[in-house]
Amino acid sequence: MDIVANELSKVYKIPKRKAGIMNGLKSMVHREYEEIVALNKVSFEIGKGELVGYIGPNGAGKSTSIKILSGILTPDSGECKVLDKIPYKDRINYVKNIGVVFGQRTQLWWDLPVIDSFELLKDIYKIRFGDYVKMKKELIKWLNLESFINTPVRQLSLGQKMRCELAASLLHSPSILFLDEPTIGLDAISKLAVREFIKKLNKERGVTVILTTHDMDDIETLCDRVIVIGKGEILSDGSLKSLRNRVSNERRLILDFEQGKNTFSIEGATLVREEKNRLIIDFNPDIITPANLITALSTKYKIKDILIENPPIEEVIAQLYEELKI
Amino acid sequence: MDSIKLYFKYLKLNIESQLQYKASFIMMSIGHFLITFIDFLGIWVLFQRFGSLKGFTFPEAALFYGIVHIAFSITEAWTRGFDTFHKLVRIGDFDRILLRPRTTVLQILGHDFQIMRVGRFAQGLVVLIWAVKTLNVKWTFGKTLLLIGSIIGGNFLFSGLIVLQATLSFWSVQSLEIVNSFTYGGVEAAQYPISIYKSWFRKILIYVIPLATINYFPVISILGKTDSLNYPSWMGWVSPFFGFIFFILSLQIWKIGVKHYTSTGS
Repeated sequence: MDIVANELSKVYKIPKRKAGIMNGLKSMVHREYEEIVALNKVSFEIGKGELVGYIGPNGAGKSTSIKILSGILTPDSGECKVLDKIPYKDRINYVKNIGVVFGQRTQLWWDLPVIDSFELLKDIYKIRFGDYVKMKKELIKWLNLESFINTPVRQLSLGQKMRCELAASLLHSPSILFLDEPTIGLDAISKLAVREFIKKLNKERGVTVILTTHDMDDIETLCDRVIVIGKGEILSDGSLKSLRNRVSNERRLILDFEQGKNTFSIEGATLVREEKNRLIIDFNPDIITPANLITALSTKYKIKDILIENPPIEEVIAQLYEELKI
Repeated sequence: MDSIKLYFKYLKLNIESQLQYKASFIMMSIGHFLITFIDFLGIWVLFQRFGSLKGFTFPEAALFYGIVHIAFSITEAWTRGFDTFHKLVRIGDFDRILLRPRTTVLQILGHDFQIMRVGRFAQGLVVLIWAVKTLNVKWTFGKTLLLIGSIIGGNFLFSGLIVLQATLSFWSVQSLEIVNSFTYGGVEAAQYPISIYKSWFRKILIYVIPLATINYFPVISILGKTDSLNYPSWMGWVSPFFGFIFFILSLQIWKIGVKHYTSTGS
């Protein structure tokens, strides 16, 4: 196991601020705190080479978990081991083995060419010269950085910056990579490039990846396993398929027809939306099989085309949040 | 050794990075020179009016002034990362520092080195050289060493104050102003001989924030004056070390701050 988290708990104490001068003076002597439970006995295990999506609404405890796993934060209780080390003990020796990318922040030197930041990281991580040259060459090729590696960071587009950011976090060949919203704010093409790279890194290099994101396409295209956290507790942990099934096992049928009646009444199927010459239907395959549904439909409509798909993951997650009232 | 090599690498990047804006660098440096020089003119005017200050002549006061400002300009240059540390915490970039296999102190020092402080440095140096030339002091090896020592000691003392200021931002951002007044107020206070101050304030400058040890005591020894405060004369020769000790102590308190940060996450 690369990561073992065992009943991690964390409570933040936030000083209460009241309005008024007198209260301000009072708070200097005696502060009142409000306790916010960020994590409540969170446990999970992640094996080597897994690519796990770690999702949840804002304030659910995602970043607290990542901070503990990456050694920035000490939990109040519980313990965790990453690569057989306790992250928040002996920080300097631990962090050599992990890479972290924050989508919203940069670790590159704003006014200097990208390559200068890479050279500095080489010295920070004490990467051996040969290893550095090899890894740098590979990352430049994989992420297609060649054309702007000598450009000052401030002149790069968001997508270019993120690609450099990814390279910077991997120069020291970490065996675990934490990605915090790596596709935030990127255009469609950059998103695809970043996803493609993460996939490749995971498959070909066997790097364990933990990905937090609000972008459900990231999850859909990348993650075999999804951990959902809400109000500091693990709500669901398993494959994307089992997550879908947990909320509902309904599937979606999109039907294009040339002509037919607009009445709709089939057991086990509900009409979601109706567009011009198109019906969008959710059905429960336990009650009515796709074949039976199509047969039933074909008696009423002259069918032009049929498409059966899973409901979009956004809807699944939204439904899950609603169900659990988070 | 390896850390020193890395520090110089940081230094190189800082210089390259700041020289990207050459005009801004030149203007700021000149600005720093002029602002501090006007400050010095004020002291000159004071001495023109009163002749001397508690037995200190104008060139003697200039020696105090030169030492303090050279020392503080070095501090401002190399501890800039600590000086603006509250911003680093607020935007969350301190987390990034914790994610790297190096000490926090080395990374924060490397994060920002302000070369434009060369303005204040140059101004202090001009005043110091003038004072050294004008004063009737026989510059023995020992006295020269003591002069350099008090500048280095002073730099470490101010640096210690800046580190303490940064440490406070782990707990509260509001208290920054108070410490700020200690640092800048300290520079103001230390550019005069402490014998001109009232007793209670003098004691603060000796025992609490030992600014006197990096300035008053060494300069008394250099000038060969008898100390009107009756402290032993060896004080001058050991006092530059106090600055260094103060700095080391500040770093220990800094470590407590980092510990607090990693356990509370605020």
